Amino acid sequence: MLKFIATRIALLIPTFLGVTLLAFFLIRLVPGDPIEVRLGERGIDPARLEEMRAQLGLNKPLLEQYADYLTGVMTGDLGKSLITQTPVLHEFAELFPATIELSLCAILFALIIGLPAGVLAAVKRGGPLDHGVMAASLTGYSMPIFWWGLLLILLFSVILGWTPVSGRLSAAYYVEPVTGFLLIDAWMSEEEGAFLDALHHLVLPSIVLGTIPLAVIARMTRSSMLEVLGEDYIRTARAKGLGLFRIVGLHALRNAMIPVVTVIGLQVGTLLAGAILTETIFAWPGIGKWLIESINRRDYPALQGGVLLVACVVMLVNLAVDLLYGLLNPRIRHAK
Amino acid sequence: MTDLVLKAPPGPLAEFWGHFRRNRGAVLGLAIVLALSFVAIFADIVAPYDPAEQFRDFVLLPPAWIEGGNWAFPLGTDDIGRDMLSRLIHGARLSLFIGLLVVTLSLVIGVALGLLAGFYGGASDTLIARFMDILLSLPSLLLAIVVAAILGPGLVNAAIAVSVVIVPHYARLTRASVMAERGREYVTAARLAGASDMRLMLVTILPNCAAPLIVQATLGFSTAILDAAALGFLGLGAQPPTPEWGTMLSSSLQFLQRAWWVVTFPGLAILITVLAFNLMGDGLRDALDPKLKR
Repeated sequence: MLKFIATRIALLIPTFLGVTLLAFFLIRLVPGDPIEVRLGERGIDPARLEEMRAQLGLNKPLLEQYADYLTGVMTGDLGKSLITQTPVLHEFAELFPATIELSLCAILFALIIGLPAGVLAAVKRGGPLDHGVMAASLTGYSMPIFWWGLLLILLFSVILGWTPVSGRLSAAYYVEPVTGFLLIDAWMSEEEGAFLDALHHLVLPSIVLGTIPLAVIARMTRSSMLEVLGEDYIRTARAKGLGLFRIVGLHALRNAMIPVVTVIGLQVGTLLAGAILTETIFAWPGIGKWLIESINRRDYPALQGGVLLVACVVMLVNLAVDLLYGLLNPRIRHAK
Repeated sequence: MTDLVLKAPPGPLAEFWGHFRRNRGAVLGLAIVLALSFVAIFADIVAPYDPAEQFRDFVLLPPAWIEGGNWAFPLGTDDIGRDMLSRLIHGARLSLFIGLLVVTLSLVIGVALGLLAGFYGGASDTLIARFMDILLSLPSLLLAIVVAAILGPGLVNAAIAVSVVIVPHYARLTRASVMAERGREYVTAARLAGASDMRLMLVTILPNCAAPLIVQATLGFSTAILDAAALGFLGLGAQPPTPEWGTMLSSSLQFLQRAWWVVTFPGLAILITVLAFNLMGDGLRDALDPKLKR
């Protein structure tokens, strides 16, 4: 098992280096000079410009800049945002909880609806319920979520007035950020009603972000369940006269869950990509919105750091899923 | 027709069609795709107006069936009096064009990389597979956004950005199929007969890897259309006044409360198109997958 873990981690190193290279060079190619952007269109003294470039290390050879960058990355220094002058890692750490909170709620929503829907569809295979679930899942999978978000805002916020249009918390409340997870912070704080208000703000974005994972989970659960329901031990359980609920809940679901867990793990990339759109629509102050703003402001270090950190998160989660899968399934652990 | 079928066994195409048409969803998807293609090709004739023509007297007109609507503009008009239907029809042309461009670009590059990696193995395989892993470790839309930001906004640049994101999928798929086929007897036979590496790769092996690639290419259309629309929505794709669906959505955001139709229809167009390609892809998979046949 140790060897299995060690190999998996060793395999990550070249990928990690590759991502730093990609983050570094891709972003150098973005048109527009960051200093000119920062100082506006006004003409500036060329000597002053040179001085500032030197200060930021932008005048060194590219390879040297990369070496500096890599050394920084290894020591946790991802540079400072050109706009706010805060360290990128600090900015990311401050905004990331908002994205995690949203993503967790989205995946929770997807699981609560997707798992039962998939199981029901498999059990009632070929019936109207099955067709309904499959049609809904394919529609969800094809959904342009930025439009879906707008429709939900139009219906629930504008017409019905049930949910707030944007943000994480109404201006009437102030909650001291302790963990960065607003639900927890609001729960702990003295503010009356802040928790409910935060929850209110979470509903629509979670549904929007959870739509595609929901479709994927429902589909995967159905097909995995169908496979398991065809196994001999299910026939045995049936022959013993066990009730449908017991067979499905106890015998089938447990084995059907293994591929589903993997799929959930693989949704992390989808979630983070979806978060970019969802956060933009709902003005949710997370890393997705921050990344888009960084692009618009040509904030190289912020974008560079953000891309690298997001890639690292995806890699680490995939590693965790890989290891978990190996733990659950000895055939993979011992495979060469 | 019945006599013909009785006399001769069905050809591969007829057999494929026999499987495909049993899937009603797939046939529906195919019908929608064909209709969209027709509309896209003949957009200039089908669309009632020029997509850029402004009718200043008919600004933000609701769809015809709603009070205040006008049958001259069946789906209403936008904020500067352009006909929604005409813009959507021309948008179909753009979206299908993006889909075609992306799938062609990424298929050619992805298949070439996959063939090289799978056929030769060794260092070229390691290099290509690692590089694809790196690309896959970034969330697809994030990578597309970064590439689009580098290339600058625009329809073709958005298509290139989305292609970069899709290439690894084709490369991986081709690599896996090629590795499975490489050791088969017919390949060895062709090699012994003196076929060059190029011929072995392109003529001998590639056709036998085609089925999964065809399915993936169909599904690639939906990814391409969806991601390009997302880029347009974020302001990194086609720029106004181009009637690209995602771009139309983003420029009508401020009218969300006043005029639901300028927001609803472009999104609906995206959804229907993507759904049609996904339905068709699923049907193709079922019809082409030998494991599921009979």
